[in-house]
Amino acid sequence: MAETYYSEEHEWITVDGETGTVGITGFAQEQLGDIVFVEVIKENEDVAKDEEVAVVESVKAASDIFSPVSGLIIGANALLEDAPEMINNDPLESGWIFKMTLHNPEELDNLMNLASYKQFLDSIK
Amino acid sequence: MTESKLNLSPINQLHLRSGARMVEFAGYSMPLQYNLGVKAEHIHTRTKAGLFDVSHMGQVRLEGSSVKRELEALVPGDIQSLNAGRMRYTVFLNANGGILDDLIVTDAGDHIFIVVNAACRQKDLQFMRDNLQCDVEELENKALLALQGPMSEMILETIAPGVADLKFMSSGEFSVCGEYCFITRSGYTGEDGFEISMPANMAMEIAETILSHESAELIGLGARDSLRLEAGLCLYGQDLNETITPIEADLGWVIGKRRRQDGGFPGLENITRQLRDGAPTRRVGIRPNGRAPAREGTEIFDLEEKKIGSISSGGFGPTVGAPIAMGYVQNHSIAIGAQVSVLVRGNLLPATIVDLPFITPNYKRA
Repeated sequence: MAETYYSEEHEWITVDGETGTVGITGFAQEQLGDIVFVEVIKENEDVAKDEEVAVVESVKAASDIFSPVSGLIIGANALLEDAPEMINNDPLESGWIFKMTLHNPEELDNLMNLASYKQFLDSIK
Repeated sequence: MTESKLNLSPINQLHLRSGARMVEFAGYSMPLQYNLGVKAEHIHTRTKAGLFDVSHMGQVRLEGSSVKRELEALVPGDIQSLNAGRMRYTVFLNANGGILDDLIVTDAGDHIFIVVNAACRQKDLQFMRDNLQCDVEELENKALLALQGPMSEMILETIAPGVADLKFMSSGEFSVCGEYCFITRSGYTGEDGFEISMPANMAMEIAETILSHESAELIGLGARDSLRLEAGLCLYGQDLNETITPIEADLGWVIGKRRRQDGGFPGLENITRQLRDGAPTRRVGIRPNGRAPAREGTEIFDLEEKKIGSISSGGFGPTVGAPIAMGYVQNHSIAIGAQVSVLVRGNLLPATIVDLPFITPNYKRA
């Protein structure tokens, strides 16, 4: 059964077996503002934890999206090419950004569950 | 600079309670965007009316019997031919013809009113005080609000009767909420609109009165930037600086016809040579062919992968619905319509050199 974890970089990763799906949280999309372009720059590459994997561009600026865990980047959300605003409208579901095969599932222990992430959000607001 | 040291606009409280995300800009705490977000604020301004707080900009009063003639020693514009109430966009120049700042000069009848960029205010004041005999007075207790967009006239006419009669680039004094304000029909969005200079202690009431109209919304600096970029207008510090001449900036029209013949402005030699022989670089519009924006600093290459220039302002144009940019390219190597490449994150992406602006301006000229 799939479980979702959250990073201090405001990313979420939903893990089903060895496969993780990664996106940004509602808080992150709100901070970035209107997203106009998304590019996964490390497709089919091995990445370390906290390595930049994608770039999300809002009207105003470009922001890096980091991998919450180490793994192989196996796919990008092709629908974002024509509808990048899906990240604003539905960040936790259809607005996912990339999929990866996890190298080391124990790294998930360093991430937060939803309750901890909400506490984390309260602490930085 | 810590936040507590930042200058605050006279309507700072209005920004805070309107959900503004505040950022530091030229020593001021200013609104980047409100709850609508940059894209919706941009579209709102193009379709209805947007209220911008530009109180951080420098408002200066010049007074003296020969002020217009004196000012012409610093700018290439024909200032002496300005009629009362009329205004002109011009630039302060250095001895090489480089642009020290861009500004608006208005003949306010008994004095000259100028508006300069916030980041250049101190430099400009020093420059004027060093070079002008006339009185140079910074108007420190004034706010400046801009109301921009197709519904601006209808909204402002209900608050300041008579403004509808102003033509583009003209000005007048109008009673607003019981106080005389200096209103110009101008702006920096490519839309019809007004700028209202007012006593700082009236700014809250006037802003709230304008916003009480259902078609008016507060608009932040984020949308101000995308609006001016679509309109092909330069941002000082990005598209203009002290190493760029008006000819290179494709602002040759700021040099008055009489001034071209009579000279008498800084950088005359260099500018005359560029007018005769062409300038080494030129400001152009750039449209990335794909969807990836090309930001400030992005390098531009020709199809032989030779570097020909770089982008000075770039982003996404909400009205255009695509990435847009302007930048400087080598003059001899490029023509409108030419295919080029822009280097974004290590990849050469196809782009096209285009004419500016990206939208058709809606100025009230007639």
